[in-house]
Amino acid sequence: MATDPIHQFQIIDLFPVVKIGHTEIAFTNSAAYMALAVVVITLFLVGGTAKRALVPGRLQSAAELTYEFVATTLRSSAGSEGMKFFPFVFTLFTFILALNLIGLIPYTFTVTTHVIITATLSISVFLTVLVYGFWKNGLHFFNLFVPKGIPIYILPLIVFIEVLSFLSRPISHSVRLFANMLAGHITLKVFASFIILLSGAGFFGMVGATLPLALVVALTALELLVAFLQAYVFAILTCIYLNDAIHPGH
Amino acid sequence: MATNSHTEQPSGHKGAFPPFNPTTFASQLFWLVIAFVVLYVLMAKVALPRVGSIIENRQKRISDDLASAASLKAESDAAIAAYEKALADARARAQAIANETRDTQTAAAEVSRKKLEGELNAKLADAEKTIAATKTAAMANVRGIAAEATKAIVERLTGKAPDDSAVDAAVSASLKG
Repeated sequence: MATDPIHQFQIIDLFPVVKIGHTEIAFTNSAAYMALAVVVITLFLVGGTAKRALVPGRLQSAAELTYEFVATTLRSSAGSEGMKFFPFVFTLFTFILALNLIGLIPYTFTVTTHVIITATLSISVFLTVLVYGFWKNGLHFFNLFVPKGIPIYILPLIVFIEVLSFLSRPISHSVRLFANMLAGHITLKVFASFIILLSGAGFFGMVGATLPLALVVALTALELLVAFLQAYVFAILTCIYLNDAIHPGH
Repeated sequence: MATNSHTEQPSGHKGAFPPFNPTTFASQLFWLVIAFVVLYVLMAKVALPRVGSIIENRQKRISDDLASAASLKAESDAAIAAYEKALADARARAQAIANETRDTQTAAAEVSRKKLEGELNAKLADAEKTIAATKTAAMANVRGIAAEATKAIVERLTGKAPDDSAVDAAVSASLKG
């Protein structure tokens, strides 16, 4: 049972909180980790800058780097007009990054391995793009689906493809993050269980167990990269989608 | 999770793949919205303005410092230029004073030399005059002495005093000779 690679994704009710309609909402392990992420991010940014030093210390430097990293990403892909979405993109990036990184600590729960979470986040981006796009550009927002310089006879096909790709964005956006995190954690667990299985099989088993152990070490390093990269990819795709809402004319 | 057994799972979905278990969706959505909104408000109202203002202050401080450094450099450049100019002026003035002094000194020396020469010339002329006078006087004396000596010699030789006018004529003739 301890080696069941799916068990780590189990949502566990810790205590009931409210009842909405017929649905009991309980405080879960997932909720606890989300709350932990909020606390960690806030402490990192506010605690790190507590001294407001002109010459930053390590933690303040890290906080400033994170700020400027997201700011540069957003400004370079959505322009200075996109900076009004800076808190949104920053919250998305740090929230996902913190959840991914916390999930890498053994015995923890990874909130982003649940598709409902990543789908909700990506749909919030999709709706933001739609609402802001129509609010700012009105019907010109439809220019997004009509690239310039396309011959009239293939225009219907192009528009169909553009609309389809636009509508599939939240799906790819959410599944990319969810699938990466899920697959990584299953792989880690599977290889880790090999260590247990082999080391139980005498001396040669012990020797053989070093191989999956080395793999788990390497995979953990890879997962660390993936944890960061997926948060970054989610953030930069958000920036690109927001750019479409701000400048729909391509 | 290692501390929880399968018997504690949420009701009736034993074996279902947890990420696709719809009974957990409501609670996850609920908590996600709360966590995300709380984090968004904390970021937008507290953390980001704070970090942003720190970075902005630093930028401002750096550009201010650079500007003041540039103005200080301009000031020091001006001071150096003024110093160079003062030095050149002083040098020129020293040169002028030296020249002037040398000229006045030369002129004064010339004047005093001329004066001295004039005095010397005058003295020389006086001396020459004195010499001439002395010479004339001496010559006059010589004539008197010569006349007296002639008279005495003639008196000794002839025994009688010669005629004064004859002696004078003879002395004059021999002096001329």
